[in-house]
Amino acid sequence: MTSAAANEVAAYLKRRARWSPLEIAFWVFAFATIWLFPGKYLILKDTAILALFALSLDLILGYAGIISLGQAAFFGLAGYFSGLVAKYGIINEPLLALIASGLAAAALGFVTSFLVLRGSDLTRLMVTLGVSLMLGEVANRYSNITGGADGLQGVDIQPILGRFRFDLYGHNGYVYCLIVLFICFVLARRVVYSPFGLSLRAVKGNPLRAAAIGIPVKWRLVAVYTFSAGLAGLAGALLTQTTAFCSLDVFSLDRSADLLLVLIIGGTGYLYGGLIGAVIYKLLQDWIANLTPQYWQFWIGLVLVVIVLAGRERMQGWIAAARGALEDATARVAARPAKFASDRQ
Amino acid sequence: MPDLLTIEQLRAGYGEAVVLSDVSLSLREGEAIALLGRNGMGKTTLINTVVGVTRYFDGKIALGGVDLTKMRPDQRAHIGVGWVPQERNIFKSLTVHENLTSVAQPGLWTPEKVYAMFPRLEERRGNMGNQLSGGEQQMLAVARALVLNPRVMLLDEPLEGLAPIIVEELLTALRRIIRDEGMSAILVEQNAKKILPVTDRAVILERGCVVHAADSAALVADSSALETHLGVTDHGPRRTRRSTQNS
Repeated sequence: MTSAAANEVAAYLKRRARWSPLEIAFWVFAFATIWLFPGKYLILKDTAILALFALSLDLILGYAGIISLGQAAFFGLAGYFSGLVAKYGIINEPLLALIASGLAAAALGFVTSFLVLRGSDLTRLMVTLGVSLMLGEVANRYSNITGGADGLQGVDIQPILGRFRFDLYGHNGYVYCLIVLFICFVLARRVVYSPFGLSLRAVKGNPLRAAAIGIPVKWRLVAVYTFSAGLAGLAGALLTQTTAFCSLDVFSLDRSADLLLVLIIGGTGYLYGGLIGAVIYKLLQDWIANLTPQYWQFWIGLVLVVIVLAGRERMQGWIAAARGALEDATARVAARPAKFASDRQ
Repeated sequence: MPDLLTIEQLRAGYGEAVVLSDVSLSLREGEAIALLGRNGMGKTTLINTVVGVTRYFDGKIALGGVDLTKMRPDQRAHIGVGWVPQERNIFKSLTVHENLTSVAQPGLWTPEKVYAMFPRLEERRGNMGNQLSGGEQQMLAVARALVLNPRVMLLDEPLEGLAPIIVEELLTALRRIIRDEGMSAILVEQNAKKILPVTDRAVILERGCVVHAADSAALVADSSALETHLGVTDHGPRRTRRSTQNS
């Protein structure tokens, strides 16, 4: 691109990537929950992990159009990886272990990405599910290492940075998960607002056409799938580190299916869908499980049916309208002191 | 002028089916060719084969002496093949501006320059791809191919299904791109009389082979060739006996 055009594109992308007041408010509230809900750290921590996990799926589903039932493969691999390195004292620092686990999951994502490049949505669903099931069986087979059906016992997680021990109430665990979620979100946001992110949306829209205008479709999909696997791995490692335990359940189909439910609730292709969906899903699960512990899944199912029948797009329209009104009001409030000052002059 | 795009004894198709059996043609630098023929004769297949989205069997396709046949579509785009497909294939989840900026390559054609050519797109730069009329989508498809700064543009039925006023607007733009800016191009079009004044030469395909090649100006005047190969008479497309009887 000529430098003028390149500057113009860069300026445009920068404008698009600006944080809106609503986004800032979202994250201020998210961090405020550390002080607002002191008795709810465990569910908040689970929500943050689920949100990160859902964010990983939103990147490939919402931006690249890759549907997957196998995110649990990366979640589980990194979960066991972080548990094993802690158990055997290979990496004692949780932060380093977390990064190493994410990289291990990303490596698996890179290797398996070539399987999802071919075929339709159904093929991708089956292939990703198959990889996850195979890994689950491998973990079961090598029970001498993974603990098999009993899970990985005796994991001792050291304090974060040698200072912050994972406490019984889950305070440090939640803060840790929230910070990791925020950093990963910023990274994902940076990716989707870059030219790379635009090209992913083009690939999602029409892969053949995207290739014909010079986008290397295959490598873009490999890159985003690998990145997404890394994020899913970080979520899995966070779960193991904050619970000091890992079981075969991390590879289960339920875990991957839950992610799809979260994204159905929250919506795809705008990053916050996974976060909002995770909050609603966890709150619903907690609330309904308190009301009817045995049949909570019935009510979750009913909510999903209502969402699909009512049309999420319609609901998003209402949310967009509310957001527009809120931003207008914010702009008016922000403009008022300036007007007041000019009136005084 | 040296040859820019060379196609020799090309065989290509879809799956096991051979649609192009023996196609040879060459396009010189700065030249425009009208690729004509009735429906199903292989015009779109030829364009798609140059782009790299069909099954290639045999023959040669070279751009500026570089063999394209083993390249992926994105590699062909990078070395200068610009494509405006029949279906337009606008990225519906991107805005008009994003459709352009996501693919722009260095060169003469910048998003601002194409906006100057298509002011309607400038007005709609914030609209999503699915919020455009058919004509605007076609303009965007042409603009998107231009900002790739290709060496050759392949336009597949760019006027199809558009209102007459939009057709005129697009023809004016195509004339400027080809005549004033010197873009090499192959234009596939059903409506020969609309497109021939914009091009230098015309090639007619029949059953996957080149059956007629001539200067565009000569073909416009050659009503017998138009009638024989395209069914075009001075009174418009020739009717079959059955359709005449029915009417």
